[in-house]
Formats: sequence, structure tokens, C-alpha cells
Amino acid sequence: MAKGTVLGRHPVGMILAAPYAVYIAVIFAYPLGFAIWMSFHDYFFAAPGAIVDHPFAGLDNYRAVLSDPGVRQAFANIVVFLVINVPLTTGLALVLAVALDKVVHARTFLRVAFYVPYVTASVAVVGVWLFLFNSNGLVNTVLGPLAPDPSWLVNEHLAMPVIALFVTWKQLGFFILLYLAALQNVPRELYESAAVDGASAWNRFWSVTVPAVRPATALVVILALITGANLFTEPYLLTGGGGPNGASASPVLVMYQRGLQQGEPDFAAALGVLLVIGVLIVAYVNRRLIERD
Amino acid sequence: MSRWPTAVRSIVLFLGALAFLFPFYYMLIGSLQSSPDTSVKGAFPTEGLTLDNYRDINSRVDLLGSLVNSGIFTGGVLLGTVVFGVLAGYALARLHFRGRGTLFVLVLLVQVIPFQLLLIPLYVLIVRGYGLADSYLGMILPFAVNTTAVFIFRQFFLQLPDDLFAAARLDGAGELRILWSVALPLVRPALLTAVLLTFIGPWNEFLWPFLVTKEAGMQPLAVSLANYISNVSSRAANPFGAILAGACVLAAPAVALFIAFQRHFVSTDLGSGVKG
Repeated sequence: MAKGTVLGRHPVGMILAAPYAVYIAVIFAYPLGFAIWMSFHDYFFAAPGAIVDHPFAGLDNYRAVLSDPGVRQAFANIVVFLVINVPLTTGLALVLAVALDKVVHARTFLRVAFYVPYVTASVAVVGVWLFLFNSNGLVNTVLGPLAPDPSWLVNEHLAMPVIALFVTWKQLGFFILLYLAALQNVPRELYESAAVDGASAWNRFWSVTVPAVRPATALVVILALITGANLFTEPYLLTGGGGPNGASASPVLVMYQRGLQQGEPDFAAALGVLLVIGVLIVAYVNRRLIERD
Repeated sequence: MSRWPTAVRSIVLFLGALAFLFPFYYMLIGSLQSSPDTSVKGAFPTEGLTLDNYRDINSRVDLLGSLVNSGIFTGGVLLGTVVFGVLAGYALARLHFRGRGTLFVLVLLVQVIPFQLLLIPLYVLIVRGYGLADSYLGMILPFAVNTTAVFIFRQFFLQLPDDLFAAARLDGAGELRILWSVALPLVRPALLTAVLLTFIGPWNEFLWPFLVTKEAGMQPLAVSLANYISNVSSRAANPFGAILAGACVLAAPAVALFIAFQRHFVSTDLGSGVKG
């Protein structure tokens, strides 16, 4: 049976995997290299067909990005976003998953209710949040004199928290699903022995469930982090392009504005590289913190 | 088992569920109001509902054309995801060939690279280099192969018993035939879950098709509705009504599909992919 030892036992596997490998080379590896190359060169959009030089620029693009007040603001905004979104997402998703796991009646209704924002387009639900949170919206009507002034989406202290809340609501179903999957793998004996020891429900949750789903928590935190780093649609539509005064701008929104609208793709490429390095560092630190024994 | 008061838990869950569903209810109500009524009473109307907003949005955004564009975009992505994903996933799980280890490392690495890093170079290549602006191919290309899907399909195929493949090979079946008639039928339920989860991505995707399509006739509904929200809505008679009518049209297919197939969105199928 051992034929074709040079190509392996099933050379046909190379043919099956080839389209994927070629695709990765063309759509990932090449653009990835291009992005990094672009970030070190003076790159600009030229007229079609024109042959232009793109001289080596060293760290100029990176210097421009790091000293740009709009970029700094965008990164600070993402920190605000993460500080609100990540604890809220992990906490709510785990508590709701534990509760949903035990529920007997109306399982389907409850599951659908919590997942439905996740399956709906951001653009569609942004529409209704605009309706709810605009200055004459239902939220302010209900709050009456307690309504913030300026209103939520045009208030520089509230625009980013509203976006963080929106994304938490939108993505929570997916994270509940991840936790539900993790809960299926928690050995029941752990709960039984904890019950025998007379642990309260809260103690069982805290000393059995939370440690048992720790790998899922690490995943949830990393995915929430990536969602935050990718934020675009919400600041673009919900707060009219990162307003007010850039108080809700995100790095990807700045990439779009500077790179494509204002024609500085080299600046945007350097910003992208820095953003990814930032995500990798935070993800690594998070991994060390959550997965330590 | 649990000494959590069950009633309290149920009440909290139901209140949470209602809070989660309320924006959807309000979206529908808002799309039927003849003028925006943001009072509490306006959220529970008894009369005065109209379909005018749907007519209004349809006169400004070609709803049907946009839905067709969304459908073609989503269909193309799904086709690529399933075909390339199954082939590569099967090869990685079940076949021993030279370079398999390297390819699998690649699969893991690619998942670490976020899309935003590729945004600018892909735009430069696809829109400016290959001239694929305002084309379905330009929209589909970056999503046509989904590495996460490759990884998940690999997990599906790994879970099948070895004996099955040994027996089929003993019977002299070729690898493609084993994939088609033995492996695929066995992973069909998992495949359906993967297709449903993949559907949401391109149907709801905004940023990339927004960059690629400038021509209104080529835009998927998410893009044309977003453009309506940011540009045109100020001139409509009832801007919120028209926006919400468009939002309902955009949300309906994904929500309907999800409710129809909700029992396939089960944690175990996904869990097998996530556990790695």
C-alpha cells in the first residue's frame, strides 16, 4: 500500500489542498507582505497606467502615525470600548449561559431571543439604535429630565460607551453559544462533590464553573478584543463617522478615512501593522493572565 | 441539583430575552409608523400603521436589486467556503501527503492575521490592480476561502472512525469517491451548521463591499441601506421610518433562516470546532 513515498501515501491530497494553498498565497501572504512593504515606503495612488517610484521611507510612516492626534484618540477610544465591552461580555455571557443551560421551559424561545442580534446585520440594527438613542428618541423620552445633554450619540463622553453597549448586545449570543459548548464539558462529579461539601450555589459557580470554563473565557476575551480592534460599521454609521470630534473614531475608521478617502495608503498600512502588533501583545498578555495555573 | 430559586432564574432570563428582542419589535413598529412617534405609547400603537415607509425606501434604494446583489455575494462566498473548505479540510484530516504539516501550520497562522491588516493592500490589488471594482468577483474574492471553515471541516472529518476509511480503501474506492460517498454524507448535519453560520458573514458584511462598490446598481442591501442612512435620509418625509423599513428587509432573511434552522445552531457542533 505504501506507494509514492516522496509525495506521501496519498498524493491526491496535494491536489485537494492546492486551491486552498494557492488562495492563501494570493489573498493572504502576498497582501500581507505588500502591507508591510507599503508601510516602509512612500506609497500613493497614481493615475492608472502611470509608472511611479515609491521611494523607501524608513520609519516615516510609523512616525507620522504615532504622532497623529487622530490616531492617538482612536486608540484611546478603543481602550474605553474594551474596558466596557470585555468585562460586560464575559460576565453576562457566562451567567446567561449557565442559566440557559439549566432552563427547562421555553428553551427555544430564550435561545432565539439571545442569538437573534448576532445573526442580524449591524447596518440593520444600527438603524433602530439611531431611532432609540437620537435626541428625541424613546430612550430620552423615557428618561425625561434625566436624559443626557448633549444626547447620547453626539455626546463625546457617551458616544463610545453607547457603541460598546451596542456591540455587547449584538455579539452576546455568539459568546453565550461558546460558553454553552464549554459547559457541556464540565464534569458533573465536580458539582456533585461540591454539593456534598455543602457549597452554596454562588460558591459552586465561582469555584467549579468559572475555573472549568477558563479556556473558553480566554477565547471569548480574545474574540471580543479582535471585534473591538475591527470596529468600523458602528462608529461609521451610529455616530456619523466617529463623531463628535473623533470621540468615537476607531483605528479601522481612521485607516479608511486616511488611507482611502484622503489617499494616504502608506499611512493606513503602517497604522494597520501597529494595530495588529497591539492586538497580538494584548492577546498574549491576556493568555498569560487567564491560562496561568 | 441547583438550589438557585428556579422562578427567579426564569424571570431574569425572560426579562433579559425581552430586552434583547425589544429593538427588533421597535424596528418593525417604527417601520410602520406614518411619522416618528417616540413616546412610550408610540411603541405600542393601536392604529395609524402604514406601509408607506417601505414604498418610500424602495423608491430611493432598489430593494429587489440590492437583495439580489446580497444573494449573489452570499452565494458566491458560501460556494467557495464549502467547496474549498471541504477539499482542504478532508485532505488535512484524512490524507497523508507531502507538505501536510506545513499546510496545517499555515491554517493556524492565517487565522491569527486580522482582516484589517489586509484591508488596504487588498483594496489596492483588487480594486486598483485587477480593476474588480463594482464586480461580484471583487466582492467575493477576499471571503471565497474561509480558513476557519477549513479548520472546522478538518475537525468534522477527524471525528469519523478510522475503520470506515480503511474498509472503503480495502474495497478499492478512490480517495475522491470516499470523500463523496462515505465522508460527506456522514458530516452532512455539521456541514449544514457550518453553512448557516457562514451565511451570516457575507449577508451582514458591510466594510468590504462598501469599499468595492461605488455604483448603486452593484451594491448589496447592507451597503445601499448604509449609504441611505449616511447621505439621503435627511431628505425623506419620515427618515427613520424609511431606514427602519430598509432595516427590516435586510434583517428578515437572516432572522427567518435562523429561526427556521435554529436547532442546528447547537453548541456541540460548534464546540467540536472550537476545542481544537
